[in-house]
Amino acid sequence: MTPQELQVGLYRLADNGLILGQRLSAWCGHGPALEEDIALTNTALDYLGQATLVLKQAAAQEGLGRDEDDLAFLRDSRQYHNLLICELPNGDYGFTIARQYLFSAWYRLFLEKLSTVSDEFMAGFAAKALKEVRYHHQHASDWVLRMGDGTAESHTRIQQAVDDLWAYTGEFFECDATDAALVEAGCWVNSGLIKSAWEKEVGELLETATLVVPAGTWFQTGGRAGRHTEHMGPLLAEMQYLQRTYPGAKW
Amino acid sequence: MTTEREVLQLLEEVTDPEIPVLNVVEMGIVRAVSVGAEGDVEVTITPTYSGCPAMRTIEEDIAEVLKESGIHDFRVKTLLAPPWTTDWLTDGAREKLRQTGIAPPEGRSADKNLLMGKVRAIACPRCGSAHTTMVSQFGSTACKSLYKCDDCMEPFDYFKCI
Repeated sequence: MTPQELQVGLYRLADNGLILGQRLSAWCGHGPALEEDIALTNTALDYLGQATLVLKQAAAQEGLGRDEDDLAFLRDSRQYHNLLICELPNGDYGFTIARQYLFSAWYRLFLEKLSTVSDEFMAGFAAKALKEVRYHHQHASDWVLRMGDGTAESHTRIQQAVDDLWAYTGEFFECDATDAALVEAGCWVNSGLIKSAWEKEVGELLETATLVVPAGTWFQTGGRAGRHTEHMGPLLAEMQYLQRTYPGAKW
Repeated sequence: MTTEREVLQLLEEVTDPEIPVLNVVEMGIVRAVSVGAEGDVEVTITPTYSGCPAMRTIEEDIAEVLKESGIHDFRVKTLLAPPWTTDWLTDGAREKLRQTGIAPPEGRSADKNLLMGKVRAIACPRCGSAHTTMVSQFGSTACKSLYKCDDCMEPFDYFKCI
């Protein structure tokens, strides 16, 4: 494992939370009910906190005098390594919840495995984040059930969301040469190994929610390698605005 | 020279800005205090939630309390493992929560049922009734859920178990 590979690994871990946290933050003041507004912003806060912890570690190991804020706000699009599913626009509440469910079902399994690796930082981070992600997963599961098995309108919308998101779930289970080098060094998880557990869990929940598991087998890829959708540029423009306009601004 | 016990006593003056009735020692945020041969103090803290906005304030407040007591050679270290758990809340802290109208965490964090939606009855901190309903798993801060009492009808916060 080279320091560059470790850096990419840390970005892959941090950027999902950073970018999805940014997306969820946009629900602040716009949730369908006050409790849901609070739930999504709380989830966003957990994600941003997790990203901060990992980017702090990335900044320390890179040793270039940058801090976690520099890494969060001053990288360019190609230097972000999040899953594409995290950067997609929020859509309606059904879309946001379907994404939360598909993502947190994977993230939870991933963190469970990551908490057992030998690398002290990775295992410690994973054990910490897992406690939070279990609550996110529970919240999203409840809502998939409620919407799927709810009214005709809610059923149609959440099914549509699951169908639209399906092509972005293949990226969860990728394991390229960088991942393999990190696994070898005891600080990463071969996500391909949790695929069947994810499929089983998601299949069962969707069925209980009277939803159909999409049959699609073609999957979009690229985010983990820094190649993003057309939605990433505008997201970064908004997220980085303050630090780009007023360099070095402090809270 | 300051002893570890004296430093711990000083830290009991530092409260959680979001739950001011609790100090950082009884919350289990302070994990260790050590005093070196030169009188240098090291305080190890652990975050409750990754994104808890109170952590930075707590770190600053710890620094201030130490400085006010003439301790200038110190550092505050953050440790992630083992992860913070509500199991570390002292009995005194739980009672203080109840008196403030916040239901303390029920059960142990290792109880998986708590995470699978099979939440055990949370007693209303005002009237003690076990007839309560969860309104939202997420509440006013990252660490709390929102409940209401079906007997006295009062809403209340529940400090959730992690």
